[in-house]
Amino acid sequence: MKDNSYVAVSTSSPEPAHKTKMAKKMRKWEVFPGKNKFCCNGRIMMARQTGIFYFTCTLIIVTCGLFFGFDCPYLAEHVTPAIPAFGAALFIFVMSTLFRTSFSDPGVIPRATPDEAADIERQIDQPNSSTPGTYRPPPRTKEIVIKGQTMKLKYCFTCKIFRPPRASHCSLCDNCVERFDHHCPWVGNCVGRRNYRYFYLFILSLSILCIYVFACVLTHLILPIICFFSVWSVIGLAGFHTYLATSEQTTNEDIKGSYSAKRGQDNFNPFSQGSIFKNCMVVLCGPTPPSLIDRRGFVVPDSSQLNHGVHAVNGKEHNAVNVKHEYYGSTNVTKTNTNNIGTNTVQDQRFLSGSNGTGPITKHNMISYQTPDGSINNRLPPVHGNSLESREEDRPQVSYSEVVDLGGRNEDRNPNFVARGCSTEQPTLPT
Amino acid sequence: MDDLTRILPPNCVKVFVHRDFTDGTGVKFQTKFPADLDGKIDQEKFVQTITKLNTMYSEAECLNSRNYCESCMACLTAYLSYLCFDTHYEKTLKKVSKFIAEQNQTLYVPRGLMLVDPVERGLRTLEICVLNESSGR
Repeated sequence: MKDNSYVAVSTSSPEPAHKTKMAKKMRKWEVFPGKNKFCCNGRIMMARQTGIFYFTCTLIIVTCGLFFGFDCPYLAEHVTPAIPAFGAALFIFVMSTLFRTSFSDPGVIPRATPDEAADIERQIDQPNSSTPGTYRPPPRTKEIVIKGQTMKLKYCFTCKIFRPPRASHCSLCDNCVERFDHHCPWVGNCVGRRNYRYFYLFILSLSILCIYVFACVLTHLILPIICFFSVWSVIGLAGFHTYLATSEQTTNEDIKGSYSAKRGQDNFNPFSQGSIFKNCMVVLCGPTPPSLIDRRGFVVPDSSQLNHGVHAVNGKEHNAVNVKHEYYGSTNVTKTNTNNIGTNTVQDQRFLSGSNGTGPITKHNMISYQTPDGSINNRLPPVHGNSLESREEDRPQVSYSEVVDLGGRNEDRNPNFVARGCSTEQPTLPT
Repeated sequence: MDDLTRILPPNCVKVFVHRDFTDGTGVKFQTKFPADLDGKIDQEKFVQTITKLNTMYSEAECLNSRNYCESCMACLTAYLSYLCFDTHYEKTLKKVSKFIAEQNQTLYVPRGLMLVDPVERGLRTLEICVLNESSGR
């Protein structure tokens, strides 16, 4: 360790003593560091705030339900049965692309392993080593040349990587996302490399559906009004994204004006395929990139973390470990907290008391000290935690709480121990 | 591959080969020979491995008719076909895993090195572990 106040990432972890006590195999999504919500044992991945997504779903389903329920029987009888058939096909396509956009991984770049982060920090730290003792944060950018165009790669302090070109860090989901377009609350997910195609097809098919329903029901009053207002926003968005697709840009790049000519400099988009048609083909029919975060894989206890972490907890090293907690553990802590909020069911309490014999943890205990950071935990927990999502997350929460409780068992049962248990335990899980 | 990773010595030296973005965002690793591997492996053989990896990745990502057809088919079924079939990209990644395991067995492990499949590191970097050297922490 160098002796200046900026402490590089340490690859050592605090004692992993409780690790062995976790009998159950954990899947990787359970220790995923971003602020995401997972359902169906990791198959579905969304952002935390999904309220507007349900609103979108309701709006589409109710509007189409009214159309199919009231207008289609008449139209099928007096005009042609093809009208409801086409409408139904379009509706299925819209819903399937919507669910694909919302439920899939937008292209999250997994965070660096401690070893990798240490290697990168060693690289970017070198210019500073001439002036020891002064605090200077490492430079944040690295310049690279793409097809003759110079670009700056920014260093992500959360993910500990140099973000690849076009990637950006989503503050809402706390992940770096490849070819980041924007975070869309309407679909309840980020829009990035892996789901931009579905997103684009969703808004395109939705605007077609909108016009279709509008045209079919002009004779009535209520439905045309809904359609009339949604038509403009949806069509406008579809048009905007058609422009983006033809020029192979992201919303993010368009807003920042990344490729507009600056001060007479020749600035072009190095990612464009050359022609409008080709760009569209890439967006719509290009190869489907795989998910890189292996959500359903099992967590392998990292041997390097297990074996040598024990003798490295003193002085400066300890400091370094704390730094690492901040980066690798912080979001985990919030995750654990919000998870706990949903678990205050009777069964869970029973499970907890049965598994480690420390007696049932009352609801009051669990809620009152979930405050290592202030942002999320002032939300009141649902009374029984019986929404669909929290049901899905029941299992991991139990195991977390178990770990936490083991960690704090020897201490006084003061209101802080769960929070402390979290922050010492989390970094031992491979991130 | 997995069992090999698990028997890794606790704190071996790791060498990282980073991505090469000169041709865009496609997956491509730098073929520059890392100085830390000097004397441990033949430079030519190392570059050969990387080049082969790069070709496999570019094959997965290229815009050929096969990829177009696959995506169009998926689109026509409202992307429900992805629930049943692996994409071409995923098949290629499996091939890459196999290739790396084979290279490890024949070339790298006998020389005290081991490649880690880039997909386990999110395709960010190719990690090479130097097995019989401890970083001395």
